[in-house]
Amino acid sequence: MTELLRLRGVQRRFGGVVAVNGVDLVFREGELLSVIGPNGAGKTTLFNLITGIDVPDAGRIEFDGTDITRAAPERIAALGLARTFQHGRVFANMSVRDNVLVGAHTRLDLVRHAPRWIGPLTELLLALVQPPGVVRQQAALEAELREILALFGERLLPRLDDPAFSLSYANRRRVEIARALALRPRLLLLDEPTAGMNETETAEMLDIIRQLKARGMSILLIEHKLDLVMRLSDRVVVMDDGVKIAEGPPAAVRNDPRVVEAYLGHRAVGEVVG
Amino acid sequence: MGSWFDYTINGLIIGNIYALLAVGLALIFGVSHLINFAQGSIYTVGAYIGWTCVTYLHTPLPVTMLIVLAGCALLGIAIERIGLRPLAGAARIAPLLATIGIGLVLDQVLQLIFTPDPRALPDPLPGWRIPVGGGTIGAMDLLIAAIGLVSGAVLFVFLRYTKLGWAVRATALDRDAARQMGVDTDAVNRTVFAIAGALGGLSGLMVGMYYNHIDTAMSFQATLKGVVAQVIGGMGSVPGAILGSLLLGLIESWGVALFGSSYRNLFAFALLLLILVLRPNGLFASSRQAPPEPLTGTFIAPSRAIRVPPWVVVACALGAAALPLVPNIPYALQTLTNGWLYAILALSLTLVAGTVGQISLGHAGFLAIGAYASALLALDLNVPVVVAVPVAGVITAILGTALIFPAFRLRGHYVSIATLGVGEIVGLVILNWESLTRGPIGVTGIPPLPLDSVEGAYWISLGLLVGLALLQVRLVGSHLGRAFRAIRDDDVAARAYGISLNRYKGLAFAVGGFAAGISGAVTAHLYSYINYETFTSQISILALTMVILGGLGNIPGAIVGAVALIGLPELFRATAEWRMLIYGITLLLLIRFRPQGLLGTV
Repeated sequence: MTELLRLRGVQRRFGGVVAVNGVDLVFREGELLSVIGPNGAGKTTLFNLITGIDVPDAGRIEFDGTDITRAAPERIAALGLARTFQHGRVFANMSVRDNVLVGAHTRLDLVRHAPRWIGPLTELLLALVQPPGVVRQQAALEAELREILALFGERLLPRLDDPAFSLSYANRRRVEIARALALRPRLLLLDEPTAGMNETETAEMLDIIRQLKARGMSILLIEHKLDLVMRLSDRVVVMDDGVKIAEGPPAAVRNDPRVVEAYLGHRAVGEVVG
Repeated sequence: MGSWFDYTINGLIIGNIYALLAVGLALIFGVSHLINFAQGSIYTVGAYIGWTCVTYLHTPLPVTMLIVLAGCALLGIAIERIGLRPLAGAARIAPLLATIGIGLVLDQVLQLIFTPDPRALPDPLPGWRIPVGGGTIGAMDLLIAAIGLVSGAVLFVFLRYTKLGWAVRATALDRDAARQMGVDTDAVNRTVFAIAGALGGLSGLMVGMYYNHIDTAMSFQATLKGVVAQVIGGMGSVPGAILGSLLLGLIESWGVALFGSSYRNLFAFALLLLILVLRPNGLFASSRQAPPEPLTGTFIAPSRAIRVPPWVVVACALGAAALPLVPNIPYALQTLTNGWLYAILALSLTLVAGTVGQISLGHAGFLAIGAYASALLALDLNVPVVVAVPVAGVITAILGTALIFPAFRLRGHYVSIATLGVGEIVGLVILNWESLTRGPIGVTGIPPLPLDSVEGAYWISLGLLVGLALLQVRLVGSHLGRAFRAIRDDDVAARAYGISLNRYKGLAFAVGGFAAGISGAVTAHLYSYINYETFTSQISILALTMVILGGLGNIPGAIVGAVALIGLPELFRATAEWRMLIYGITLLLLIRFRPQGLLGTV
């Protein structure tokens, strides 16, 4: 399998705290890699660094051979990285449809093929004129939208025109994943996709992630529910205090004494039982 | 050298006065993350309370000061009670707009009571001056310096050693935690507003005496100076506010010494933009610190917009187009023409503030650019009006976007401050760039519109409005509309999905600038005379009120809001002072009771 993402010595400090401390990571195409660790271990910071929302103080991040260490988030998205957010960040005043269509923004021809310098102007002009090519792509996206939402059964399809603020918490998380899928990501980053979900909803999510994996989607997952992690992951990376303390297949990691200590040494005792 | 010493002393004195304003702003911002745009109005009220005392009651200075302190403290408490507390659960920017509304109302009430004529407010101090190092220091200088020092010391002791002072500091650090620990945060708010009011009022009194001049129009500049000083020192920081004020006072004073007094404010606002762009957390904060998070969040009140059936729109447009066929209603046509031109401005603002969520408080600056561009093209280069107007639109789009560009990386309240500053800068550049703009004299004899009649102007404005509205409907319906609204709702998530903030904010401001520029251009040809004061910041606030009235981002709403706010006061034959008062009250009521506007936000 080809290498898709590589982190080398990535570091990020906040004042005196080193949130991510010299993390190395290699992610291969088609893999499902989970990042676990106690609260405050630096998992979300790591995601923020990869997706360009935050910039590392040291180290290097490469996506498919391209250096993206200091790239803007919009450029990284255009390269095919899509993410969801820990606490859910849907566009609250937009409909489910528009939320998901924003996900396809980087794929729009009039955005992708916009010439340098005058790109914004041609984009504006095409948006106003709406030539056949633009209309055709819009229609194709509409069809694709329904296909993506069908993944979630009848959860979202009947609510296509509802504003996102009117959705339940779990549905908002689903909209986020649908939005990420609309980007047709080469790498999908899921930050605690089941946070705040009950058991049925979690089981449903497990099934969805499994389906995505079966389609060959490359997935980087942060998750607290260890049961889910153990069942889904090809490999698991364990972080504690900003440092990668273990890495390997789920079974090996589960019995690693350092991992057990990291969890038991912290408050989050219950989570290891998962 | 002597004059330099005098300029330095003058700068420090002015800085001291700014500090009295800025400290209050900083305290309020620290505790409730709100920029109190009514601060300047409290300052003016303070000056007028002082004037009333001196003129009618002949009170000695210490008594006057005490009355001003007490009166303005009460006013501060009232503002908190009316403007802030009912909005506790509302979007972040709602209280900010409420303070703008309160400021407007206070100013207009003052104007109705005292008339806009300036008054003299003589200081009762002895006239001696001590010669120091080539310059002189007078009694008034010493008094202001003493007030600055004493207020600083009292405030320090209060915050440091009293229980209520602790509560204020605790609330500033973490409001929820403070409340859980039993701090009465309402009392903290009240206290902070009382202190801010008292200091603001005192500041107004001092300025009035220092210049021996007060008028009802001095509020806005005062607020701006306080805000600038606070931005320089870092929002919410009391020591920062004091240092920032002194720095601002000095820079202004030295700038005046070098370039002349009409440049004073230009320096202040250029400094504001520079700080916002380079060090948005103030001069004294560390540079990599993220801007404080509480400023984010959208103003848009969640709502489902009322859908206006297309046939109603078409019927309205046809009805409006047929109106000039009714004989003998030139006054109604003129009013409506004005309404259509405001509606174009509202279209522009509803795109920027509603669809993209960048609450611009400097939109009148766009009008001014468009108006001057078109007028000067027609007069100086003999460009036909038909060509000059659209070219002016393009010029406004380019120039306006370039001016706002530095503010693209800002969020929430900072955008409002920056756009406010840009609006002021446009006016000041027009005032000072005499070789191009004819400076304070203004531009006269601007050629009229092609169809030079009441009906002609009406049809031209209506036609432009319909055309631009249709264009905007199409724009907002495309992928650009989605990108704009994504930025508004969550700019971090938007960027994570490939939406570049610079690119799409730039497009929105360009389209908005084009429309506003056209509105300004047509206005110029209609008035035949414009100057740097034709398009004041009050117009920016009025446009924002129209947009909120109609529903942010709502295109038919913007038109309805504009026509309602221009047309209704005419029906009641309201005078200018009453009209602004009505606008202020409308804004307040809307924010409190119907933030989603008449037709709903989109």
